[in-house]
Amino acid sequence: MTSEIVQKYFRIENLPHIWCPGCSNGVVTRALTMAIDELGLDQDNVVVVSGIGCSSRAPGYLDFNTLHTTHGRGLAFATGIKLANPKLDVILIAGDGDVSAIGGNHLIHAARRNIDITTIVFNNNIYGMTGGQYSPTTPTAAKGTTAPHGNIDKPFDIAQLAAAAGATYSSRTTAYHVNQMVKYFKDAISNKGFSMVEVASICPTYYGRKNKSGSGVQMMQALKNDFIDKMAYEKLPEEKKEGKHLMGVFKNITLPEYTAEYQRVIDALQGGENNE
Amino acid sequence: MSKKNIKLMQGNEACVEAALMAGMKFFAGYPITPSTELAELSAEKLPRIGGKFIQMEDEIAGIAAAIGGSIAGLKSMTATSGPGFSLKQENIGYAAIAEIPLVIVNVMRGGPSTGLPTSPAQGDVMQAKWGTHGDHAIIALSPQSVMETFDITIKAFNLAEKYRTPVIVLTDEVVGHMREKIEIPEPGDIEIFDRKVPGPGEDYLPYRLEEGDIVPKMAPFGAGYRYHITGLFHDETGFPSNSTDNADIMLKRMISKIEDNREDIVMYDEFMMEDAEYAIISYGSTARTVRNAVKTLREQGMKVGLFRPITIWPSAEKEIKAVGRQVKKIIVAEMNMGQYVQEIERIVKSDAEVFHLGRANGEVLMPIEVVQKAKEVF
Repeated sequence: MTSEIVQKYFRIENLPHIWCPGCSNGVVTRALTMAIDELGLDQDNVVVVSGIGCSSRAPGYLDFNTLHTTHGRGLAFATGIKLANPKLDVILIAGDGDVSAIGGNHLIHAARRNIDITTIVFNNNIYGMTGGQYSPTTPTAAKGTTAPHGNIDKPFDIAQLAAAAGATYSSRTTAYHVNQMVKYFKDAISNKGFSMVEVASICPTYYGRKNKSGSGVQMMQALKNDFIDKMAYEKLPEEKKEGKHLMGVFKNITLPEYTAEYQRVIDALQGGENNE
Repeated sequence: MSKKNIKLMQGNEACVEAALMAGMKFFAGYPITPSTELAELSAEKLPRIGGKFIQMEDEIAGIAAAIGGSIAGLKSMTATSGPGFSLKQENIGYAAIAEIPLVIVNVMRGGPSTGLPTSPAQGDVMQAKWGTHGDHAIIALSPQSVMETFDITIKAFNLAEKYRTPVIVLTDEVVGHMREKIEIPEPGDIEIFDRKVPGPGEDYLPYRLEEGDIVPKMAPFGAGYRYHITGLFHDETGFPSNSTDNADIMLKRMISKIEDNREDIVMYDEFMMEDAEYAIISYGSTARTVRNAVKTLREQGMKVGLFRPITIWPSAEKEIKAVGRQVKKIIVAEMNMGQYVQEIERIVKSDAEVFHLGRANGEVLMPIEVVQKAKEVF
């Protein structure tokens, strides 16, 4: 039985999706539609943009105005759409490689501008589409097909990166914590400014197999066990902090939004008498 | 009689004036010499008419945002020069396969790499056609003067909208920075083409070609037609398709919409070609050098004419072939080490002998050099 949410927001004719058994992309994509539904957004007014990668195929399954762009450039396309028509609700779906490697520059600048785009990162710590190469969020010492001897890079913290670059809302949750994920998506979409929700996700096929992380279910359980709210983390005794990852809201402030500021420029020029 | 609107301006300024008259409402770009005036003037003027300008974080983002602006329904432009043109290539291909109207101005400078940033060149002619990967058709127009920059910028927007395609205005540092007198036409005196959009309540498939249309109608995002755009090969629905049959149909349609409409797209100019026994083919600012040389050669009794392609891609194949049949020998003069000459050789085959006169050291060709080359080979 297809749920009402799926009936309403998914392009049923394009299912089943291309994702592997055990992949968490479906969970995150569905959570996004739940957030959109609970917010009561007009489906015709929602634009979902993506770059290239496994998660970037999500827009093709979603019944909105959907744009599947070039690798890493989703935010730049989204910026053009949002500035051209600020009334649209613009959401970006990206993977960790797409948004923090090849598209890293676009991420920090979209955040810096505080343009009203919600970015949802499906962070599975690996390049899945191309077969398991290490990404900017692959943990040090973890393995990928291009890190057969263990990754020597240090990983990005995408949520903190976006917050530092100027996002006015930034949070991290996991594919396991669906209720929290829906809430974060709603808060992010409601924020008038650049919003980031990083969703720790799983890739059993590539990351899991390379790193002996077990099945999809076991990897989901690991998300449950390893991620802890940043407030709760502070209260943990030192010996229990080992191996824990932080989730929670890292930033939630109000600052002038880019397209609104641009509109002020237009209004001043068009309203003023002596602007030459 | 209204007073003529005569102005003295640079090619880059004329380009922005024309873009605004053509209906440009969105500009996204990144500063680069010698195209920067295009961004500066767009930044100054667009918000005054309710349009939008944004300086993006890099060249790639510049074209990406411009494509986004077009998808949202606004006529969009980006501008750049050599290094930036290289960076924009992937998304030029995206605009080609997704069929997004867009004008890309490339004020050519000396390359490769950082090359000669403030000097003219015509070294991006082949890149304009084949710079992005994969097979596709493209339109590229090359003006020789400030007035023509104005005219072909209008034309570039019209062609982009009409054929749902990226159109490249391939100008150069000389034309871009040269100041000349131009007459700005009255808005009512120029033809403006807007993309066809689906009617309200219409059963819309985003990539379905309907009877009587050249390209599928294009709905702006947010207008109530929820559809998908992708750089993957897609079918009429817009959704990705791995079907080789579909890819074949789609690619051929994308190419033929340009190639089959050469009559509408191809512009060229001829000077003293009627009785010419020898021809010099040249475009952009170099054609002005050649025109001067042709006069000199005629004074000296040589029956030489100038054929000047204005539309570089698709090439004026029929007309160039006719030139090849008319004359014994052809010189192709251009500011590069031999690019468009290859296209001329391809077209004229053995009908005429083809020679090249070119240079890419940042100096324009001088009339005397053209005269000397003509005396040497004609």
